Amino acid sequence: MSATAVHSLWTTAGEVTSAAPGDRFTAPTIEYAQLAPVLIVVGVAVLGVLVEAFVPRRHRYTTQVFLTVVALAASFAAVIGLAADGYATKSAHIAAMGAIAVDGPALFLQGTILLVSMVSVFTFAERRLDPASHGNRVDSFAAQAGSVPGSDGEKAAVKAGFTTTEVFPLVLFSVAGMLVFPAANDLLTLFVALEVFSLPLYLLCAVARRKRLMSQESAVKYFLLGSFSSAFLLFGIALLYGYAGTVSYAGIAAVVDGGVQDIDPALADTMGNDALLLIGGALVLMGLLFKVGAVPFHMWTPDVYQGAPTPVTGFMAAATKVAAFGALLRLLYVVLPGLTWDLRPVMWGVAIVTMVGGAVVAITQTDIKRLLAYSSIAHAGFILAGVIAASPEGISSVLFYLGVYSFVTVGAFAVVTLVRDAGGEATHLSKWAGLGRRSPLTAAVFAVFLLSFAGIPLTSGFSGKFAVFKAAADGGAAGLVVVGVISSAIAAFFYIRVIVLMFFSEPKADGPTVAVPSPLTMTTIAVGVAVTLVLGLAPQYFLDLASQAGVFVR
Amino acid sequence: MSFPLLTATAALPAIGAVVTAAVPAGRRTAAKWTALFFSLGTLVLAGLVFARFEPGGDRYQLTESHAWIKDFGVRYDLGVDGIGVALLGLTALLMPFILLAGWHDADPSPDSRPESGGGDTGGARPYRWRPTQGFFALILMVEAMVILSFEATDVFLFYILFEAMLIPMYFLIGGFGDRAHAGTDDNAAAQRSYAAVKFLLYNLAGGLIMLAAVIGLYVVAGSFSLAEIAEARANGSLEMAGSTEKWLFLGFFFAFAVKAPLWPLHTWLPNAMGEATAPVAVLITAIVDKVGTFAMLRYCLQLFPDASKWATPVIVVLALVSIIYGALLAVGQRDIKRLIAYASISHFGFIVLGIFAMTSQGQSGATLYMVNHGISTAALMLVAGFLITRRGSRLIADYGGVQKVAPVLAGTFLIGGLATLSLPGLAPFVSEFLVLVGAFSAYPAAGIIATVGIVLAALYVLVLYQRTMTGPVKESVRAMPDLRVRELAVVVPLIALLLFLGVFPKPVADVVNPAVQHTMQDVQKKDPQPEVEAAK
Repeated sequence: MSATAVHSLWTTAGEVTSAAPGDRFTAPTIEYAQLAPVLIVVGVAVLGVLVEAFVPRRHRYTTQVFLTVVALAASFAAVIGLAADGYATKSAHIAAMGAIAVDGPALFLQGTILLVSMVSVFTFAERRLDPASHGNRVDSFAAQAGSVPGSDGEKAAVKAGFTTTEVFPLVLFSVAGMLVFPAANDLLTLFVALEVFSLPLYLLCAVARRKRLMSQESAVKYFLLGSFSSAFLLFGIALLYGYAGTVSYAGIAAVVDGGVQDIDPALADTMGNDALLLIGGALVLMGLLFKVGAVPFHMWTPDVYQGAPTPVTGFMAAATKVAAFGALLRLLYVVLPGLTWDLRPVMWGVAIVTMVGGAVVAITQTDIKRLLAYSSIAHAGFILAGVIAASPEGISSVLFYLGVYSFVTVGAFAVVTLVRDAGGEATHLSKWAGLGRRSPLTAAVFAVFLLSFAGIPLTSGFSGKFAVFKAAADGGAAGLVVVGVISSAIAAFFYIRVIVLMFFSEPKADGPTVAVPSPLTMTTIAVGVAVTLVLGLAPQYFLDLASQAGVFVR
Repeated sequence: MSFPLLTATAALPAIGAVVTAAVPAGRRTAAKWTALFFSLGTLVLAGLVFARFEPGGDRYQLTESHAWIKDFGVRYDLGVDGIGVALLGLTALLMPFILLAGWHDADPSPDSRPESGGGDTGGARPYRWRPTQGFFALILMVEAMVILSFEATDVFLFYILFEAMLIPMYFLIGGFGDRAHAGTDDNAAAQRSYAAVKFLLYNLAGGLIMLAAVIGLYVVAGSFSLAEIAEARANGSLEMAGSTEKWLFLGFFFAFAVKAPLWPLHTWLPNAMGEATAPVAVLITAIVDKVGTFAMLRYCLQLFPDASKWATPVIVVLALVSIIYGALLAVGQRDIKRLIAYASISHFGFIVLGIFAMTSQGQSGATLYMVNHGISTAALMLVAGFLITRRGSRLIADYGGVQKVAPVLAGTFLIGGLATLSLPGLAPFVSEFLVLVGAFSAYPAAGIIATVGIVLAALYVLVLYQRTMTGPVKESVRAMPDLRVRELAVVVPLIALLLFLGVFPKPVADVVNPAVQHTMQDVQKKDPQPEVEAAK
């Protein structure tokens, strides 16, 4: 009854072309070439699992590193190839029966994720930092993830020189999920991608070689809270399906716009019910904001960042953020543009508490990894300011910021892996005192990253911050810009505090040493510094790239 | 394409900074000479700029323009007007003296040499802490950024430099403190890093507020080009709502007032100048802070003429408070360097008063004041630095009768002090007189109150001289050597300049005056006519 009354508003005004699903079985058409970036990564990940099963233990590390790097490089090449064929601009379209969008933002973010993962994998493969145990070179990961910490089994595994080479296929699975996440064009694909990239991350968090209990604790926390957020997301999807009768982005958007006339009889009572739309949209947003690490869904961030093995933290902090913001952008710009004005107050609120909360709480931190975690929360707030701009400029500024931020983050965490004492990485801030005198180069590099986080001009952080603030101001969110500027000032305080500590404090006698890394980690750090400086001095090319990529396909 | 002279004046010290930093750890003296060589080269280039600048010509000369970040609407636009030329000249001129005066400031002290090879694992890389190279490289870096900020005609480019120069300054203050400190080494390090952090946070906060205003300006005007915005404002194609203009003006002015520094945003300056070495203190007050007052003239007045006029009464009052408050606190100081810092706050009050009096005498005077204050403070502070290095104390009470032991030092200190109190015949007198005339013709009451500042200046300078230099010779200064050749090479040219510009300010005034006329046109102000003429 009521449903018909509602639906009389959308009488037939033209035939919707899509064939009704379920009429008869049709073989899906899959554009394999356009999905190549994802397929390559998944394929090699599966291959990596086989390697674990069949390749002798002593060859696994080399094989896995080689395979992983090749997979990421090939996948990146595929992304470039698609972009060169114009899929980012004029021939952007939807592939795989409406499941995956191949468009500018998707390709830009996939490229970013792949490059960042590549440099992260270098830190995964680093084997010169930890002192050799029983004559074997070891990396940051537990000898045998299954052994109980402190048990005889663990000792035996360490003595035998086992290493957890499974991390490489796990990273690849995670990357595959991340590649799909910002490109997902229906809610179910979104959910599957979310799980595909989250589950390996939960595992990766748990396999630290040192401080294993802390690492496992962080994994449990991450898993539990992550499951909650997945549940919220899934519930939101169900409600949105009830509202729109479809999970495809374009379909939901069409219902929101009021351009749909044929109603699924099974859903006649709920379709078009705005309460479902608002609650469902909010729940889906919640799930994404959790992954982004926005206040008040940020509680997991500091614990997980601190407990996870540092290479994993770097990878997670950078790549997850890129993927999750990509999905958030697509959701807000493609599915819910009709709700821009309804969601605006909420998003404003979230952005403001995220910026201010992250910056203020970071001041009191005493652990470098927790500090970077809160800093990442504050940065999520800055990016949200650009997301809220709701303009093409907003999209491209967010894309640019994500690129900038992820490289700085991976670089910064790579530096954290270098500063060590007898207990492994020395992450307590007091131990960093006087680092600038002992190892001027390391401290200077870290200072560059911190200055970039703080948004000091001539670093990439400034270009990014300026881009999102400008987009936000253009989009009528001047208030957010003012809050952003104030929280930047607060944030500057704690970044500066670390610099003060490194350069102006006297080194302690029992202070940590800076390990000399292999070329792998050096590459990671060098890439981070290079990106920071190049995008600070001459960002034009990448801004162009981001603005060309700034159009979603629907 | 003609030779990019303005870029070269900034690029040379920047290259110098890189080269100096790259000098091997053991070759400390070579690093110093490299830095000095590059600063002299910059001085030569600045001389060329001065020679090629035609005072009666276009407003901005020697312009360069290149696309930089198209998406942000940012261009690499350079150009100098008379005010820019004068300050560029000041910067290039003072820099060799600052380097010479700080010749030994960053030598590693023999007792605190850290153990070598202790840092890295397995001693793979020997310990390389190179303070001397760093000190000189950072100073040159600051010079490059300051010079470029005087030349920028793009608001965004200026903003970037305005912020970026904080970082090398921060390391100069925090990393190379004055060895003549009160208390233990730990205490000194804590105070030093407090001063550096305070400096950075004040200026960064100011800068970030300005960033919001810069973005706002772009949203309103759609361009960062100073010339474009000013032209659009002049011909009426860019209408700015009154409230918008006021907010943007406040955003800009706040940043400049922190930098300048204007009461009540001044509190970082005494800390920074007290803890930094004397040459770095000169760098702060004589050069870097001038960017703040320069920017008020160039950006606040030109971009927001109406809001500037709207805010004038308040700013004039703040300037007066700075003049009197700075002078009063200077009288009460026990620490020589903090005394000079408070004196500078008083002088910055005069500069701001001159700018916002909105008369051509006032603004010409303010610009001349920036130059003269730079030279006179450099002379006074650097001699004070030599004095402090000899005795190892910054407290006035630790000195007495120095003029009997080290007459040349005392004499030069006196001349620097007399310049600071604007004795006629020395350069600052001309500018202070102009500022007062300009202020008086616009706001007679302000002119009268500001005059009190001069009386107080005489008090703090002469009392300082009396307590440190005259009277019975204290035991601790009995063996004090007089100025050495290097120190004389720093002081004598500065004093000669003070005398020269005191009797013959024409070369600088000629360059500055046309630029001031342009600014006056921007704010559409005419000088108030003398009463007699008006009555006719």
